[in-house]
Amino acid sequence: MKLHEYEAKELFSKYGVKIPPGRLALTPEEAAKAAQEIGPPVVLKAQVVVAGRGKAGGIKVANSVEEAYELSKKMFGMNIKGLVVKKLYVTKYVEVEKEMYVSLIIDRATRKYLFLASPVGGVDIEEIAKTTPEKIKRVYVDPFAGMRDYHVRSVVSWLGFKQGTPQWQQAASIVQAMYKIAVDYDAELVESNPLALTKEGDVVPLDARVIVDDNALFKHPELEKALEEDPRDVTEFEAYAKKIGFHYVELDGDIGIIGNGAGLTMSTMDLVYHFGGRPANFLDIGGGASRDVVKEAVKVLLNHPRVKVIFINIFGGITRADEVALGVKDALQESKTSKRIVVRMKGTNEELGKAILAEVGVPLFESAEEAAQKAVELARL
Amino acid sequence: MTVLVGPNTRVVVQGATGREGSFHLQRMLEYGTKVVAGVTPGKGGTTVHGVPVYDTVEEAVRKHGANATVIFVPARFATEALLEAVDAGVELAVVITEHIPVHDALRAINYARARGVTVIGPNCPGVVAPPVRTKLGIMPNSIYQTPGRVAVVSRSGTLTYEISYQLVRAGFGINIAIGVGGDPIVGLDLMEATLKVAEDPDVEGIVVIGEVGGDAEERLAKLYAEGAINKPIVAYVAGRTAPPGKRMGHAGAIVMLGSGDAKGKIEAFKAAGIPVAETPFEVPQLLKKLLKKA
Repeated sequence: MKLHEYEAKELFSKYGVKIPPGRLALTPEEAAKAAQEIGPPVVLKAQVVVAGRGKAGGIKVANSVEEAYELSKKMFGMNIKGLVVKKLYVTKYVEVEKEMYVSLIIDRATRKYLFLASPVGGVDIEEIAKTTPEKIKRVYVDPFAGMRDYHVRSVVSWLGFKQGTPQWQQAASIVQAMYKIAVDYDAELVESNPLALTKEGDVVPLDARVIVDDNALFKHPELEKALEEDPRDVTEFEAYAKKIGFHYVELDGDIGIIGNGAGLTMSTMDLVYHFGGRPANFLDIGGGASRDVVKEAVKVLLNHPRVKVIFINIFGGITRADEVALGVKDALQESKTSKRIVVRMKGTNEELGKAILAEVGVPLFESAEEAAQKAVELARL
Repeated sequence: MTVLVGPNTRVVVQGATGREGSFHLQRMLEYGTKVVAGVTPGKGGTTVHGVPVYDTVEEAVRKHGANATVIFVPARFATEALLEAVDAGVELAVVITEHIPVHDALRAINYARARGVTVIGPNCPGVVAPPVRTKLGIMPNSIYQTPGRVAVVSRSGTLTYEISYQLVRAGFGINIAIGVGGDPIVGLDLMEATLKVAEDPDVEGIVVIGEVGGDAEERLAKLYAEGAINKPIVAYVAGRTAPPGKRMGHAGAIVMLGSGDAKGKIEAFKAAGIPVAETPFEVPQLLKKLLKKA
């Protein structure tokens, strides 16, 4: 779950970090009122959970209450990288002396927490890694020893602060807060970019990003509730898929993909692409999917406006081919729209499954390559 | 020989009386695995498919000399199950469970590794070794009937079955297949598992199945380029068409902070001299070519 900037900043604030004054606005009127209360100039920040919203026009400075009203009118409803702006965060404009970067992730290779710090910030870490990789410092924290003062010192010195100054103290408390947020909230990423030194001499996180582990949401019911009220980057199809019990990711092609298992499903997408087609989605029915789950999965693609052809690739282990075939049959019988479907199935109860599909006239292929080629050919008709 | 498992592997199944646990306990027995005990707290004294069930792993280890475990316990309790198995003294723990919170897995896996316990998973299909008829996991038995000299190391489940099936159909036999798991933090990662199987003199060629997310493939490629592995490797990487920032089914299959895409992995393998199959079906052909050369 990706937290909005305003939610992430609330967490930082809860852990004692000083945040520039800000208000959430849902309408231009509220944005104007927030600008009035905070006092212009203010920054209007679109609350969409994608990186690079500034470049996409999602961050604007307003020098007056009127300007805040006018600008926000244009910003609400804006589409930024596929997400519609419904919330604006109105925050005090701060004059910046220096922009830095700090983030905390879990490092797969060392199985430790990892701080990434750079005295140069304000752009994506990808960008920093490309242009000035020597500026990135890595500080590893063992989950058992926990974060110690020497870790904090390593990060804060690297940013360029002098021990004993008030800025050092502020930066150190931000770094400590980031670690606590990661551990307490099961976060996969806690990022402060830019971490800014203001003209007034304060160190503040001008932007904050927190991504919470979806598998740990059961420990944080307040976040579960927030996600339900505001699904953010989860599309309607993705939310529905989760409810039914399969994984769905939207792509931009016209060949619908269904597979069992994440690797096989990705490989099926790749196969379609390899033969010159464009996958419309990733849909993994998981292991041991029931007839009903398969039915719902097929119906999602039957009803999907962009999907012209559906390609189902099943390698039965725990998943039974006959159960999948019955689900396909049910979906075809219940749905009003009909689309071309190609199926390749192998493994558990393969023969039973094939018989069921032959009955309803769905073409079957022995190899996934042949099936993929057929799907690509049909999508071109 | 085979690595990780052998004729002396004595298995306890944690979560043995659950739907998944009991189903796969039976399949493991059918395959030939020495499943000596099951554990389900509160169900001690019963049996499942003729295997005695205990309340604790400690009891199963003490009474039956179990030295490995397969964990089917639901995500909320799986971390504790792993810690319990480590404290009971098993040497190998295979964690099948999906959806374990990553911070919990991080702590438990560090705990296990510090005590010399090898963890496979979480969110994995397990390990199967046809030459010793031993399976700790959920792979379909039917695919792993042909013992041989190819090792398959994979981050995926179904794709492992698919490629193993293609290999067997092409005339290869399997020495071992290890699914390391689809989570960001796993016990033995793709690179370590490959190093492990490469140690086995009976392994002639290795098939590595990677996917988007993380950098295990890149680390493996680097080791290979440095000459740390002197066995032929063929790789396949799933997710060339996966968009950045989206989780592709597995918690670990995500391109994040600009790293982990399939392109980078494929380039790293190729630069190291490891051929990369365009499709799963090309894997056996590439392997044949490579073994002919060797």
